[in-house]
Amino acid sequence: MTAAADSVASSLRIEAQPDAHQPPPSMSLAAVLAAFRDAAPDTAPAWLKSRRQAALSSAVELGFPTAKDEEWRFTPITPLLELPLHPARPPARRLTAGEIAPFTFGLEGCRLVFVDGWFCPELSLLPAPGGDLQAVSLRAALAGNAPELERHLARVAGGGALIFTDLNTAFFRDGALVCAAPGKVIAQPVLMLFIATAGEAGAAAHVRNLIVAGAGSEMKILETYVSLSGAPHVTNTVTELVLGAEARVDHCKIQEENHRAIHIAAVQARQERGSHWTSHSVSTGAQLARHQIQTVFDGENGFCLLNGLYLIGGGQLADYHTVVDHARPRCESHEYYHGILSGSARGVFNGKIFVRQDAQKTNAKQTNRNLLLSDDAVVDTKPQLEIFADDVKCTHGATVGQMDEEALFYLRSRGIGLEHARQIMIRAFAGDVVDRIPLEPVRAHLNIMLTERFKDSA
Amino acid sequence: MELLDIRNLSAGVEGRPILKNLSLSLNAGEVHAIMGPNGSGKSTLAGVLAGRTDYEVTGGSVLFQGADLLAMKPEDRARAGVFLAFQYPVEIPGVNSTYFLRAALNECRKARGESELAPIEFLKLVKQKSKILQLDPALLNRPVNEGFSGGEKKRNEIFQMAVLEPRLAILDETDSGLDIDALKAVAGGVNKLRRPDNAALVITHYQRLLNYIVPDFVHVLVDGQIVRSGGKELALTLEARGYDWLTEPAAAPAGAAS
Repeated sequence: MTAAADSVASSLRIEAQPDAHQPPPSMSLAAVLAAFRDAAPDTAPAWLKSRRQAALSSAVELGFPTAKDEEWRFTPITPLLELPLHPARPPARRLTAGEIAPFTFGLEGCRLVFVDGWFCPELSLLPAPGGDLQAVSLRAALAGNAPELERHLARVAGGGALIFTDLNTAFFRDGALVCAAPGKVIAQPVLMLFIATAGEAGAAAHVRNLIVAGAGSEMKILETYVSLSGAPHVTNTVTELVLGAEARVDHCKIQEENHRAIHIAAVQARQERGSHWTSHSVSTGAQLARHQIQTVFDGENGFCLLNGLYLIGGGQLADYHTVVDHARPRCESHEYYHGILSGSARGVFNGKIFVRQDAQKTNAKQTNRNLLLSDDAVVDTKPQLEIFADDVKCTHGATVGQMDEEALFYLRSRGIGLEHARQIMIRAFAGDVVDRIPLEPVRAHLNIMLTERFKDSA
Repeated sequence: MELLDIRNLSAGVEGRPILKNLSLSLNAGEVHAIMGPNGSGKSTLAGVLAGRTDYEVTGGSVLFQGADLLAMKPEDRARAGVFLAFQYPVEIPGVNSTYFLRAALNECRKARGESELAPIEFLKLVKQKSKILQLDPALLNRPVNEGFSGGEKKRNEIFQMAVLEPRLAILDETDSGLDIDALKAVAGGVNKLRRPDNAALVITHYQRLLNYIVPDFVHVLVDGQIVRSGGKELALTLEARGYDWLTEPAAAPAGAAS
C-alpha cells in the first residue's frame, strides 16, 4: 500500500465517523480498505501494483453505492456493510476429496478447487504444463509472470465505475488462470470450484479469474460457488474472459452459496472478430447476490448468448446487471434471464445494450421473464437500450407474472396433483434457460433442484 | 347404474347466482346433451363438476359413483374418472404433451390400482389412440396445445379422453370453432369411446354436433335451470324454434322447470 492511498483512506475514515444514534453499525469504505490492506504480503509485479493502485483510487472516488445510485437503486448493500468484513483466512483444515465430490458434477477433466478463496492443489487436477490447455492458480501464474496476465488482467474488467471490481483488483490474492492455445479444442469442461468454509461472519474472499481463449480455440468452463458453512461469508469475484478471433467459449457460473452469504460477481468478456461466447448464470444462493455480466464486441461478426436463471425465496435478493456493448458491426447478442421468486424474495434485472454509431447490422435481443410464486415477491426490471446506429435490429421484453392458474387447473383436471402440477409449471418456466446450458450434468442438477426447491412454496 | 346424481345444485360467481337448484342424473351407458342459450349456465355446470375454484357452490349435492364429488380436488375427480374436454384448451408452453399425458395417465392408473405404463407401452397406446382421432402424432412432440389450430386443440381434448378412458366425459362446447371435417372427426372419436360402463354429458349451443353424437336425452338449460328435458328430437325442435319459446312464461308448459 502506498502512502497516497493511505492518506485517502484515513481522510475518509474521518469523514465517515459512525453515528452513535444509528444502529446497527455499518462499515465505512475506509474501514473496509483498512481491513484488507495488509491482509497478505503482496508480491505482485510492478504492473499489477500500479493497476491495484489505480483501482484503489477509483474505489475511493466512487465510494460505496447508496439508494441514490441508479445502478444500485433496488439493491441496498446494507447487509454487506453490517458484517465485520475481513479477509478470509486460509482454511484451518484440508477438505477431503469426499467432501468436494458432491460439487464436481462428475466431471473428470481439469479441475481447480479453491477453499475460502485459496487454491487447494491437493484437491485440484491440473493439466500438464505446455499442453493445449493451461490451467493454474493465479498466484502461481503471477509468480511465474505468465504473459497473459499483464496483457489482460484488469484490462477487461475494471474502469467501469464498479466499486466491487475495483476492490477485487486491489485486494485479490488468488483465483484461476485458464488458457486454451490457439486453434485447440479442449474437449473436457474445466471446473473452477469455489467452496466457502469460513465460520466467522464477514470473512470475505476476493477471487479473480482470467480465461483466455486463443484464436480459433474452443473450451467450456464451469465455475461454481458453494458454502460448507452457514456463516454469512462474502464472495467478491471477478472473472475476465478474452476470446480471440473465431474462439468459442461456453461459460457456466452456478452460485449456490448459503442463504446468509453475500455474493458479488462480475463476469466480463472481450470478444474479438467472429468469436462466440455463451454465458450461463444460475443464482440460487446468498441473501444478496449481485451479478454483473458484460461483453464488448471488439471485432465484427461476434456472437454472444447471455442466459440466466435466478431461483430465490425467503428474503433473498438476486440482481442481474448486464451490458452488451455492440462496438462493432454485424454482431449478434441474445439475452434470456428468467427469475422464479417465492417468499418475500426480490429480483432485479437491468439490461443495457449499447449499439455504437458504426455498429450497423447489429442484431440484439433481450428478454427478462419473472414468475412470482407469492404475493410478497417483487421484481424490478429495466431494459436500457442505447442505439446510435440506424440499420439494426434490437428487441427487448420483460414480463412479471404469477403462475397461470388456468394451466394449473388444466393439468389437475387430467389427474396430476397440485404439487406435481406446480413443479411441471416451474420446470416449464425455467426450461428454455436450462435447456440452453451446454453441460448435461448441470442441466440434470438444475432439473432436480427445480423440483426440490419450490416444493412448499404454494 | 347411476353414475352421476346432481341434486338441487346452486352455484355462482362472486355472489351472483348462475345455477339455480339444478337436478340431473346420468346412468352408465347414456349420453346426455345440455343445450341452452348463451349465459344460461352450461359452462358453469361443466366447471363446477370438474372442480373449478372460480365458482362457489351455494347449495345442493353431486354424487359421482356414490361419492361426494364436490368434496374432491380436481385431480381426485379426474382420477375417479371425470373428464372435462375444455371449451378453450389451455396452451402450456414448455410442457411436453407426451410427458404431460403419461404423467396424467399414470396418476389415473394408480388411482384405479393399475401399474404405471412404461414409456414404450405408453407410446404404443398413444399411436393407437391418435389414429381414432386422426390426430397427427407429431403434435404430441410439441408443448401442450402450443401452436395447435382450433381444430387440433379440440381433437387433442378427445384424444386425451381416449387415453385416460374416463367414466364420465363432459364435453364443454367441443363443437365450437370446428369446421365440418373436424366436427366429424371429434364426434367419431367420442362415438368410438362409448361403452356400456361410461357416460357423456355433451354441452352445446347448437344442434349440429348432435347429428353426429346422438344423445339419449336432451336437457334445455335456461337461466340456471333445466326447463325442459326430452329425447333427441328435442334438439331438432330447438334448432327450428330457438330458445325463446321456452323462456316466454305463456309458452312454458307448467311443471317443466325442475
